[in-house]
Amino acid sequence: MKPERQSKGAAIDLESISKAYGGFKALDGISLRIEPGEFMTLLGPSGSGKTTTLNVVAGFTDVTSGKLVVGGKSVVGVPAHKRNIGVVFQHYALFPHMSVGRNVAYPLTLRGVDQAQRKARVARALDMVKMGDFAHRYPSELSGGQQQRVALARAIVFDPPLLLMDEPLGALDKKLREWLQLEIKRIHRELGTTFVYVTHDQEEALVLSDRIAVFNRGRIEQVGTGRELYDEPKTLFVGRFVGDSTVLRGEARSDGASTALRIAGETVTAPRRIAGEASPVMLLRPEKLAIRRPGQSAVGTTNRLPGTIAEVIYLGSGSKYEVRLADGSTAIVRSPLTGESFGLGETVELCFDGADAKLLADDSTADATLT
Amino acid sequence: MEMKPLTRVILGLVCLLVAIWLVAPTLVVVPMSFNGNKSLAFPPQGFSWQWYQNFLTNPDWSSSFLNSLKVASIVAVLATVLGTLAAFGLDRMKARPANLLRMLMLTPMVVPGVVLAIGIYAVYLDARLVGTLVGFVLAHTILALPFVLIAVSASLEVFDRRLETAAASLGAGALTTFRTVTMPLILPGMLSGLLFAFATSFDEIVVSLFITNPYLKTLPVQIFSSITRDADPTVAAVGTILLCATTILIGGGMLLLGREPKGRQ
Repeated sequence: MKPERQSKGAAIDLESISKAYGGFKALDGISLRIEPGEFMTLLGPSGSGKTTTLNVVAGFTDVTSGKLVVGGKSVVGVPAHKRNIGVVFQHYALFPHMSVGRNVAYPLTLRGVDQAQRKARVARALDMVKMGDFAHRYPSELSGGQQQRVALARAIVFDPPLLLMDEPLGALDKKLREWLQLEIKRIHRELGTTFVYVTHDQEEALVLSDRIAVFNRGRIEQVGTGRELYDEPKTLFVGRFVGDSTVLRGEARSDGASTALRIAGETVTAPRRIAGEASPVMLLRPEKLAIRRPGQSAVGTTNRLPGTIAEVIYLGSGSKYEVRLADGSTAIVRSPLTGESFGLGETVELCFDGADAKLLADDSTADATLT
Repeated sequence: MEMKPLTRVILGLVCLLVAIWLVAPTLVVVPMSFNGNKSLAFPPQGFSWQWYQNFLTNPDWSSSFLNSLKVASIVAVLATVLGTLAAFGLDRMKARPANLLRMLMLTPMVVPGVVLAIGIYAVYLDARLVGTLVGFVLAHTILALPFVLIAVSASLEVFDRRLETAAASLGAGALTTFRTVTMPLILPGMLSGLLFAFATSFDEIVVSLFITNPYLKTLPVQIFSSITRDADPTVAAVGTILLCATTILIGGGMLLLGREPKGRQ
């Protein structure tokens, strides 16, 4: 996912980074390598350690232990103002007593850039975020989206090899957020800088990132492209956090080649086994599930579970159904427009191919923080 | 809620009465300063500018005025610098020890002036500070510091510390951050502290009476001794001048600080 862009971004190596506040471990041995010019998103629920990791890289937070290398140099103990890393905050953090132009010029002034060059670079940075006409305005005269674009210009104007963004779109409404996501993507492509982006919004992570690191309870659960996380989640937490999913739990029985779950009297099987002794659950993506009326023949599916339609959501491009199963759990099914439609309360059968089910260890005690 | 006409009239009358009660004693000195006779009687008789003339030409008056100006200016600057540093430090400390220290530094506001004056006088006698510029500056700074501390602390209370984090990420060290980000944003607090410190020193009388001597008198001391010695209407002239000066100073300051500067959130 890293094309031929001329890479002037820095590589980052986090090695067994831990951060403890008293007895609480905010970071519990984080290891992550971020390639030069990569767009890496740190994704996780609040309190999972993603922002702490960002603050560690930025130099706002000291580490308790571990190694941190940015651009080939260890930066542990280097104060934030000497790291030359751009940071964009959720709360914009523009200086209210300076005009937009002076805000963006601020890092250049600190670096002793002469006035003519400063002017040119400020103009270029503001043009890049499409705020070129606003140099004389003050932050209080701008909307949230405009302020955040100015903050972005200020963070890239000094050409840092690494840009950190901490939920930069968190305070904006959905429409603006989606538009700015594309803007950020474009700017990343044009600059070739390494971007590290923190969000709790998995859709945003999928739109933006080359790779995503999923955080949970101060640890990284999995690192991979959006597709890898969606198709091949390594833990139940990742499977549930990235994308919609249905989790089937039941009394498990394994023989040599397959695993069977007994759910409210019915049995479903998947042609695989789970390693170790953990109790397995099945995770299914909405498009891997189908709904049939009872008695209808189901071609190519090996498993059936009875249920009732609990919710119908029309999506335009198709429909999303919530199906209440006999054991009280809910399955999420996506069906294309061309498919049959079902009404609320209708008795149906949920069908799926056992090969599409991901067998994962049940770590549901570990995702109490899921929102 | 709509007010009844009668209520409105009564409210207006009461307000007017309170306003007269508050301002009248101050305004009485104005006609008295133009008195034709050498007496502080009210109402005054005749009209003359002689007391203003006396204030300008009599060295007792002009030198004490200049002394007060000098002391108050130094105190204002000193108290503002120290008070701002103290407020900044307390803002960054753990809450419990900070509150304790803050209370300690505010004690000069609540301790009776006479008690403070006796203490200062006792120490000054030994230290040979009675009747010196240094002595006045040190004593008045003790009294002025709490005002700066309160004003700057209030500014820091609403200051967004995340701006300092942002400045650090852009390459600013602690000192540069303070100079370019923190200080400009708490400047209104510092200026009002400066103003209060100046005023505190300029009209301080209790401590000044103890630590004064014939060689160094401040204006309030001169006024006090003049009025106890002879009923010299120059006092009224001085009072009128001060009244005008402070009205302009405070009024101007309020206009300056009260105006929403462009770009403040």
